[in-house]
Amino acid sequence: MDEQSSAATLPKPVIQLKGVEKHYTMGSIVVKALQGIDLQVFPKDYISILGPSGCGKSTMLNILGCLDKPTLGEYHLDGEDVSQLEDDRLSQVRGKRLGFIFQSYNLIQQLTVLENIEVPLFYQGISEKDSREIAVDLAGQVGLGKRLDHRPTELSGGQQQRVAIARALSNDPAVILADEATGNLDSKSGGDILEIFDALNDRGKTLILITHDEGMADRTNRTIRLKDGLVQFDSKSPNAGGQQH
Amino acid sequence: MKIDEIKNTVSLFRLKRSIILGVKSLWMHKLRSLLTALGIVFGVCSVIAMLAIGEGASYEAQQQIKDLGSQNIILQSIKPTNTTTAGEQERSLILEYGLTFRDISQIQSTIPGVEVTVPSRDVKDFIWRLSLSVDGTAQGTVPWFPEMKNRDVIKGRFFTQVEMERRSNVCILTESLARKLFPLDEPIGSAVRMQRSYFRVIGVIEDKPTSAGSETDLSTEDDSGDSMAMLIPITTLADHFGEVLFKYRSGSFEAEKVEVHEVTVRIEEADRVLPAAQAIRHMLERNHSDSDYKMTVPLDLLRRAERTKQIFNIVLGSIAAISLIVGGIGIMNIMLATVTERTREIGIRRALGAKRKDIVLQFLIETVLLSGTGGLIGVALGLSIPLIISHFAEMKTIIQLWAPVLAFTISVVTGVLFGIYPAFRAAGLSPVEALRHE
Ligand SMILES: Nc1ncnc2c1ncn2[C@@H]1O[C@H](COP(=O)(O)OP(=O)(O)O)[C@@H](O)[C@H]1O
Ligand SMILES: [Mg+2]
Repeated sequence: MDEQSSAATLPKPVIQLKGVEKHYTMGSIVVKALQGIDLQVFPKDYISILGPSGCGKSTMLNILGCLDKPTLGEYHLDGEDVSQLEDDRLSQVRGKRLGFIFQSYNLIQQLTVLENIEVPLFYQGISEKDSREIAVDLAGQVGLGKRLDHRPTELSGGQQQRVAIARALSNDPAVILADEATGNLDSKSGGDILEIFDALNDRGKTLILITHDEGMADRTNRTIRLKDGLVQFDSKSPNAGGQQH
Repeated sequence: MKIDEIKNTVSLFRLKRSIILGVKSLWMHKLRSLLTALGIVFGVCSVIAMLAIGEGASYEAQQQIKDLGSQNIILQSIKPTNTTTAGEQERSLILEYGLTFRDISQIQSTIPGVEVTVPSRDVKDFIWRLSLSVDGTAQGTVPWFPEMKNRDVIKGRFFTQVEMERRSNVCILTESLARKLFPLDEPIGSAVRMQRSYFRVIGVIEDKPTSAGSETDLSTEDDSGDSMAMLIPITTLADHFGEVLFKYRSGSFEAEKVEVHEVTVRIEEADRVLPAAQAIRHMLERNHSDSDYKMTVPLDLLRRAERTKQIFNIVLGSIAAISLIVGGIGIMNIMLATVTERTREIGIRRALGAKRKDIVLQFLIETVLLSGTGGLIGVALGLSIPLIISHFAEMKTIIQLWAPVLAFTISVVTGVLFGIYPAFRAAGLSPVEALRHE
C-alpha cells in the first residue's frame, strides 16, 4: 500500500469520478442531486468538502463510499470500476478498502468499544485473536485504552466518535470518509477529533471530510466546494469548476 | 479469492461469533425474548407431555390385551338373557347353556391352524382353610393353562398331565387367594377345601390380569370372583362337583349345567387368527340357538386399540402443529419488529462490509436461538410434567426418546421457517436507506 512513486511523476489516483450523476425519483419529480461530478483523489489527499445544505455532499460521499450507485457516470476505486458492481462485491469493497465515520457515530449499542472496533474485521474473516489485537491497539491510539469494555451509552459523544474512527481504521482502508464527523460535538471534543484526522493524514492516510466549518479549509490540504450537485471549486485545480465539456 | 470467499462464509469461528452476537442481542431484551420463546415452550412442552400420557395409557391397554395372548381366541359361556321361559324354569328345571366339549372337539377338528385349546370350567363356592374362608372359584383346567394364558407360576408348580389323568386332588392358588388363606405361613403342602372336597396346594400363580379400560370389554360375567381362584385339573372338577352346579342365590336355588365356562383357542400363526375367529363364530352360530357364549379376540382388540392410538396421535399432532404455528407467528412478529428497530444497525453493518447473507444469517441465528431455547425449556418442562403426573395421579406415562428429540427439532425448524421472512426483509434494505432510518 505504501506509495513508492517519486514526486516527479503524478501518482495514480485512488479515486476517480467521471461525470457522476445521481437522480432521485420522487413520484413524477426527478431530483438531480449530483449533476456530473469529475474528481480525482490521490493517495495522502486530505480533502474537505464544503457547500450549502442540500448541495449533494452526502450523496456524493455515499457514492464514494459504495453505499449507493451513481445513476450515470463512472467511479474507479483503486483502478477498478465499482460504479455498477453487484451488492455482494460492493460489500466487499466497503469492508476492505473504505472506512466510514458518521455524524451520529453509528456505533452498535449492544457491543462494547472493542467489539465495535472489531466489526469490519469480523466481516473480513480475520481471526478472533488477530482482530482483538488490532482493536486493542487502535483503541489505545484514539485514547480509549481504559474503556475497552464500555458500551456506547457509557461514553461521551467525543469518545464515541473516537471509537468510530478506530473502527474505520481497523481494516486499514485506502480512503477514510467522514460525513460531518464533528457536527454533533462541542468545539473541544470536535477539535480532538480533527487532531486525530491531522495525525492520520500525517501518517499517510487518505481522508475525505464533509464539513460545515469554513475553518476546515485551512486545515486540510485540499478543499472542494459543491453547489447544486456540481463541483464549484477545487483547490487542487482552481479552474476545474469553470471547466466545461 | 474464491477459496477465500468460501472460507469466510462457512468458517466455524464466524458462526460461533454470530451465535455469541445473537445471544447478546437477545439478552438486551431479556423479557421480550422470554415472552417470545414462551409460545414455543408451551408448544413443545404440551406435545411431550401429551405424548407421554397417551403412550402410557395405550401401553397399559395394550399390555392387558397382550396378556390375553395375541394368538388366542377366548370363548366364554354366558347365561342367555333372553330365555323367555326363565320364570318357570327357575325352580323346577336345570338351566343348561354355554359351550360344550362337542364345540371344542369340532373346533379342533374343523378349524385350520388351531394349535391347542384350553378349556376351563368354574365352580363358585367358599374356599376353606381351617376356619378361614373366601368366596371364590374352583377353576378346572388343563396343564398348559399357565403358558397359554401368560400367567406365571410364582411358587411351586402347576399340575401335570399325569395328575390330570389321575384326577388328583391338587390345586394352584392365585396370589390373592394364597394371601387371604395363608396370611402368615407357607401355602404349598397345605390343604384347602371346597364343599366336601380337599385339595393339596402345589403352587401359586399370578392373578388374572384386571380388565383393561371400558372400551376393551374383556370382563367375564363375574369378574369379582376371578382373582380369588384355585386351579385344579378339569377332570378332578367333574369328579367332585358333577355336571350340574347348584347355587344358592337370593333365596332360591339355581341349578345350572355348563360343560365348559371358558375355552382359549390358540392359533398357530398370528395372520390366521382373524379368519379362524370368523370360522369359529360361524360354527358356533350353527351349534347354538341362543347367544349363550361370547367371543373375545385379543388381536382384534389390539388392532382396535392401535387404531384408537393412531387417531389420538393425529389429534395430538394437529394440536401440536397449531401450537407451534402460533409460537412461530409470535416469533415472526417479534423478529419483524426487531428488524425495524434495528434497521440502523443493519445499515451500519452493511456499511462496514456485511453482505446480505451475513445479515440473513444473523437474524436467522437469532430466531433459531429463540426457538431453540424455547424448545429446550419446553423439553425440560415436558419431561417433568409426566413425572409429576405419574407421581401424584398414579397414571402411567411413558416418555419415548424420539418425543423430546422430535419436539425440539420441530421447534428449531419452526424458528427457521418463521425467521426467514424477517431475515430477508432485513437483508433487502439498501445500506443508505438503512443508515438514514431513525
Ligand atoms: N433518498 C433521497 N430521495 C430523494 N431525494 C434525496 C434523497 N437523498 C438526498 N436527496 C436530495 O438530494 C439533494 C442532496 O442531498 P444531500 O446529498 O443529502 O445534501 P447535503 O448532504 O449536501 O446536505 C437534496 O436536495 C436532497 O433533498
Ligand atoms: Mg449531508
